[in-house]
Amino acid sequence: MTSTLSISERQIGLLLSVLLILLGLTMAAAARHGVMAAHGFMALALGLGLVFILGSAIYDPEPPKARMTRYYDAPTRFGIMMTLVWAMIGMGFGVWVAALLYWPEATPAVPWTSFGRLRPVHTTGIIFGFGGNALIATSFHVLQRTSRARLADSISPWFVLLGYNLFCLWAVTGYLMGSTQSKEYAEAEWYADLWLVVVWVTYFTLYIRTLARRNEPHIYVANWYYMAFILVVAMLHIVNNLALPVRWTAAESFPVWSGVQDAMVQWWYGHNAVAFLLTAGFLGMLYYFLPVRSGRPIWSYRLSIVSFWGITFFYIWVGSHHLHYTALPYWAQTLGMTFSVMLLVPSWASAGNAIATLNGAWHKVRDDATLRFMFVAAVFYGLSTFEGSFLAIRPVNSLSHYTDWTVGHVHSGTLGWVAMIVFGAIYTLVPQLSGREAMASPRAIEWHFWLAVTGTLIYVVAMWNAGITQGLMWRAYDENGALSYSFVESVEAMAPYYLLRTIGGALFLTGAVICAWNCRATMRAAMGEAADRPLAPQPAE
Amino acid sequence: MPESTDPRELPGADPHTGNRKVDPVTGYETTGHDWGGITELNTAFPKLVIWALVLTFLYSVITWILLPAWPTGRDYTRGLLGLDQGVEAVKGFRDLAAGRQDWMSHFTGENFAALQSDTGLMAAALPAAERLFADNCAACHGVSGQGGPGFPVLSDGYWMWSGDPEAIAETIRFGINSDHPDTRFAKMPAFDWMERSDRSALAQLVADLPNGPVKRHSPAAALFANNCASCHGENGSGGLETGAPSLTDGSVIYGQDEQTVLNTITHGRHGVMPSWADRLSDAQINLLALYVAQLSELSNEVAQ
Repeated sequence: MTSTLSISERQIGLLLSVLLILLGLTMAAAARHGVMAAHGFMALALGLGLVFILGSAIYDPEPPKARMTRYYDAPTRFGIMMTLVWAMIGMGFGVWVAALLYWPEATPAVPWTSFGRLRPVHTTGIIFGFGGNALIATSFHVLQRTSRARLADSISPWFVLLGYNLFCLWAVTGYLMGSTQSKEYAEAEWYADLWLVVVWVTYFTLYIRTLARRNEPHIYVANWYYMAFILVVAMLHIVNNLALPVRWTAAESFPVWSGVQDAMVQWWYGHNAVAFLLTAGFLGMLYYFLPVRSGRPIWSYRLSIVSFWGITFFYIWVGSHHLHYTALPYWAQTLGMTFSVMLLVPSWASAGNAIATLNGAWHKVRDDATLRFMFVAAVFYGLSTFEGSFLAIRPVNSLSHYTDWTVGHVHSGTLGWVAMIVFGAIYTLVPQLSGREAMASPRAIEWHFWLAVTGTLIYVVAMWNAGITQGLMWRAYDENGALSYSFVESVEAMAPYYLLRTIGGALFLTGAVICAWNCRATMRAAMGEAADRPLAPQPAE
Repeated sequence: MPESTDPRELPGADPHTGNRKVDPVTGYETTGHDWGGITELNTAFPKLVIWALVLTFLYSVITWILLPAWPTGRDYTRGLLGLDQGVEAVKGFRDLAAGRQDWMSHFTGENFAALQSDTGLMAAALPAAERLFADNCAACHGVSGQGGPGFPVLSDGYWMWSGDPEAIAETIRFGINSDHPDTRFAKMPAFDWMERSDRSALAQLVADLPNGPVKRHSPAAALFANNCASCHGENGSGGLETGAPSLTDGSVIYGQDEQTVLNTITHGRHGVMPSWADRLSDAQINLLALYVAQLSELSNEVAQ
């Protein structure tokens, strides 16, 4: 990290680290005890670590001037590392909570291991830790390659990555200590939310500045998606997290929204987190790594345009389908339902465009597990977007809502689509960034692929069965007009599916651990830097 | 930044004709864009996608015409079907209730003996009672009424307030130590003011009660007579009217080992059964009372 920075950049980094130490100290001193103080100490520790790293390298020789003619890949490498660390944390907690549902006594009798605290660690660890780091890391790579320009500066990528991971750490450790805003996928408290805004604005600025320096006449599709992801996530995050702190010195706050407006804002946020974090960003990844790995042109430029604008326009409307048959006005539900159905066409156009791109490369799909990850991702993207539109139809939702079908749907998206495309991207990137032809163990990629596909299928099929069983049991009446089943009977009926879900998740986790090991082995055996470089010389700073 | 939009100057294009490279696999020409090897085909927009878009648009427009859809300031378009989800929900609820009415209505009255003897009616109602019990009572009392530490067994034939359906219905309706004004009240006071040695002696005595009557004239017996007998009776056999449990019958809520009894004597007990009057209808409460009464009868039959 430090060897890629000039001496003046190291000095700026040192200054920022000292500011982080001061921030941590202020938080800890003001809060004195509780979650906010613990978080202050975490910021303090991170700042001290950075001061140590930068300080001990402050008089090291300057990096070669030629660095400006190369892409800046060190942040991408760090981001991939964090992606894999969070993959193991997030998926590990996922398997844990899955086991708890099958075997509730698996919880030791201490507060922080209760299901309600562990579950958001799983969701935040996966969505923000695993997904977010993967998006930031790959976006730096894709942005530079498709712009033929080096990142606009060398400090802000590190600020974005380290700051973002500090947010993730604050979030998950806060939940374990019992601190939450009780908003789905937005549980982190107010100061963590504010911190993320600063990080995110820096990210967006860096992206735009680099894009403005591009040496290509056109902006590639992948960049449209990455920008949509960055811009809309900022908007969603700010609006949904508007809150009044109870005190400036404690991790407690009240949202400014209340009642059904709060529910609507929450699910406008919640569904568009799915749309712009878990879909748009990863479509950007797909649009870059799929043609690169398959060596095929994108099948249809026109389809790319229509899908992009279709997805960005329709998705924003559909959040209300999470609130069918609730206090939300009927008209808002109808709009959410109809826009969800219209959304299917641009979604399938994207999936179809990706699969048609593989025309002429099917032999590579057969032989190359990395490309197969991307193919399976595109197929699951198509499957889960169809399922999403289908579940958004009100009468269908009356069966599926509040059941494990929803959980199955989410995981067909996150395991089958998001994680698969991330692994495809990682297996393409890691050897390239290590100056190697291939990963350290190609066989391990095959193992990972089959573990991931088997795990996903077991998980998703078990949850479909579980959800439909629950939905049907809840609405069954006997001939005398009484409910046919008590609620607890529908819980008992879940046991085999919950066991299968745990097994499927454990298989998927095993694959991710193999991936992390393989990436570590590849990075350790690095032969040098990525060979490609911008054609045009970059302006000196 | 873009130098030119002239197709002849774009990368991949023939500098004279402006024609672009043709992809050998699909036979389509490329758009001429090139990002480090990534190209795009200039494929014609697929007709299928246009039809699919038209179809989903049509679905949406028809839905908007039929259902409440677009906000218009303070109002919204009501839709030709004139549906209102509140009205629909109430109607659905009433329809379901009407389907149960022919047997459920019998349970609004409290002539429990007559209800119990109507075997046809009870056969129709008991499956519903079983689910009512599982949904509302089982969380504390267990799915088959087997109870648990702190929660009374309902299936063993031992009662604190009597096992008649009338008494059970009252307990369900108003609760015990609940926030309902008509609640039953039962409190075991704390004897923390008593010497520890006395409390231990009492605990030992109470733990032994199920094994046989108290030896009179022992110091512990005197303590029992002075402090406990007013509620639990001279022999510790309890009283159905006061809610003081029998200490001799082996049936327990919290446990009758010495340590638990010492705990009970020292800190007292003040268990709560919530009032269900606001949550369940009279008919549902009466039906549950009959079901619970029958739970212990069933277990008695099994015991015999």
